[in-house]
Amino acid sequence: MSERTAETETGNSAAIAEAFADGPAYVPYLAVGDPSYEASLEYVRALDRGGADVIELGLPFSEPIAEGSTIQGALVRSLDAGMTPDRFFAFAEEVDVDAPLVCMTYYNLIYQYGTEAGEAGSASEANGAAASETGPRAFVERAAAAGIEGLVVPDLPAEEADPLREACDEFGLDLVFIVAPTTVGDRLDRIMGRVSGYVYVQARLGTTGARDDVSDQTTESLDRLAEYDVPKAVGFGISAGEHAERIVSGGADGIIVGSALIDIVAEGVEGDLPTAEVADRLEALSRELKEGAERGYAARIGAAESR
Amino acid sequence: MSETESTTSEAGELSRRPGRERGRDDGKFGRYGGQYVPEALMPAIEELTDAYERYVLGNEDGFMDEFRERLADFGGRPIPLQRADRLSERYDTDVFLKREDLLHGGAHKLNNALGQVLLAKYMGKERIIAETGAGQHGTATAMAAAHLDMPCEIYMGERDINRQRPNVFRMKLNGAEVNPVTAGRGTLKEAISETMRDWATTVENTHYVIGSIVGPHPFPVMVRDFQAVISEEMREQSLERTGALPTDVVACAGGGSNTMGSFAAFVDDDEVALHAVEAGGSTLEVDEEAGVAPNSASLYTGEEGVLHGARTKLLQDSDGQIMESHSISSGLDYAGVGPELAYLVDEGRVNPVAVDDDAALEGFHRLSSTEGIIPALETAHAFGFLEEHHEDLGERVIVNVSGRGDKDLDAAIEETDKRDIDEAPDMSMFTGGI
Repeated sequence: MSERTAETETGNSAAIAEAFADGPAYVPYLAVGDPSYEASLEYVRALDRGGADVIELGLPFSEPIAEGSTIQGALVRSLDAGMTPDRFFAFAEEVDVDAPLVCMTYYNLIYQYGTEAGEAGSASEANGAAASETGPRAFVERAAAAGIEGLVVPDLPAEEADPLREACDEFGLDLVFIVAPTTVGDRLDRIMGRVSGYVYVQARLGTTGARDDVSDQTTESLDRLAEYDVPKAVGFGISAGEHAERIVSGGADGIIVGSALIDIVAEGVEGDLPTAEVADRLEALSRELKEGAERGYAARIGAAESR
Repeated sequence: MSETESTTSEAGELSRRPGRERGRDDGKFGRYGGQYVPEALMPAIEELTDAYERYVLGNEDGFMDEFRERLADFGGRPIPLQRADRLSERYDTDVFLKREDLLHGGAHKLNNALGQVLLAKYMGKERIIAETGAGQHGTATAMAAAHLDMPCEIYMGERDINRQRPNVFRMKLNGAEVNPVTAGRGTLKEAISETMRDWATTVENTHYVIGSIVGPHPFPVMVRDFQAVISEEMREQSLERTGALPTDVVACAGGGSNTMGSFAAFVDDDEVALHAVEAGGSTLEVDEEAGVAPNSASLYTGEEGVLHGARTKLLQDSDGQIMESHSISSGLDYAGVGPELAYLVDEGRVNPVAVDDDAALEGFHRLSSTEGIIPALETAHAFGFLEEHHEDLGERVIVNVSGRGDKDLDAAIEETDKRDIDEAPDMSMFTGGI
């Protein structure tokens, strides 16, 4: 494992550390370019207005094996509309929001980036030698230049992550790992030895997707992670303010919400709704989730103080 | 060296040679292989790795004995090595056919499916899932699951379901549920992704029977070890028949399970040339704009990348998005290939060749009319190779007849209609009749 030269106690990005510093973090996810570049600029700005503390931006891969049908649908719409890694980076540069941005994508796109001469992010690779080598460095360098503060790579296990971890440390990005209800023992140690920024706590088994209930597996996962300092953000299946409240009162430092937001985007596509109307609904759900998280946090602090 | 060793070449001995040990400990074949899967699947992968080591490598509880017994009784092994008299004459060399088309189900697929379903039983799993492209792996898995009394669900791309209706019916006859996959183009790679998603929610009671030497460790080594019975028999039969090892072994390659099955026992025999024949499709040119490679030649033209849990050679665009592949044979129609084959190609041990749709279809007709064997369109690629490259081969060539062609008759009629092929029967007077 590489030695980290973290700027904060829990990671490289000061902005991400700050997002988790006072109160619970609301971390929404959207696929960039779904259903179009222009519309998703408005949607991501709506999340920011709705109180996002960190925003996860999905860069679509053609074979997203970790996603359920909702997010897969979003990624397909985005790819069909012509999304590429370079357009993604242009988006990150243009979007201009307060919340720090985290890129969520699959390893092959990171690994291939900048491998073909003349392709991809030429400005930052003008100095060259790295441009002809496969490996994660060129992608991370370009991401850093575009203002991305962290990465989540759902198909990259800790065992294969050292080259990416080193590149993230070189360019000041955080590398977020997902911990499943079934992650225990040595595997948990290996992951927690490499994670920075925050850890993505998968609330239950399965792929992403909004569900009505919040699993007991969440509480167990949070208990298992209690000894680690890095902030714990719980994802998978959160779709309403009361879920957010329960999860944060149960000990989460943040909530990650994807499918419930993408459902709104998908309804907009199906109903051919105006971009502004979809953006308003995204902002409204964001407020609900953020307020729910804050109620949960207040309840937790209150309970701790009355003890 | 091989001459002295080979006289005592029990399957057990072969399976301990260096070539077969590769990948067993850490799933790495040089730079290829690995376990690129979502964290939620890791415990299942680790549990499977443990079971592979205990039951397959260690023969715990007599697993391998039961596997071989069932391959014999249910599958019909050993499978004959037949001399192809007309082809031998045509090419002025001894051509032998390994008749995997005679295995129960009509293709080599059962070797792996039976092994994995049996392993699932030993592991105490209660449910089987699998993906299928052409339907061959799906039908083999459904047969094995029925044989071993396990509930079974098969994921299949919607487009493939429409192309392969008889195979869908066969799976259902054996009691399997067939789940259509509508995502993407609705073919094999979408079906693999969908099966992985199912597995991510059901790992505790479900085993995923992957259909080729692809995916995360331990699948590539485990599937190879189940399929290696093909080359173990070939080796023994060749020595018995001719007193020598073959000079060349030829097998078609999509994901690569019949390929590695045909090569595994020969990898350490440097004097045996190994030819992996890929689908050259209509052309090896790539349409980057449309994201389409009109072929499935990932060994021959692919670039290193990560797909479906492993680092291997892939058909991908310059961003790393996976291309839509194409072949006249849906069983070869896959944008990736087993990591072990990618490694053996880089090492120069395996010779990758591409044979296009036309040459494959001619091979299909040639074997049918001259030897009385109708091969699968996948297998037909190996015979296209033989026609084009027989002058470069040695005096004892084994071709693996990976499957029979009954499933492909509709496609063969349609494709033959578009071309002018010498050996092909004229079906024009029967139009609309079949």
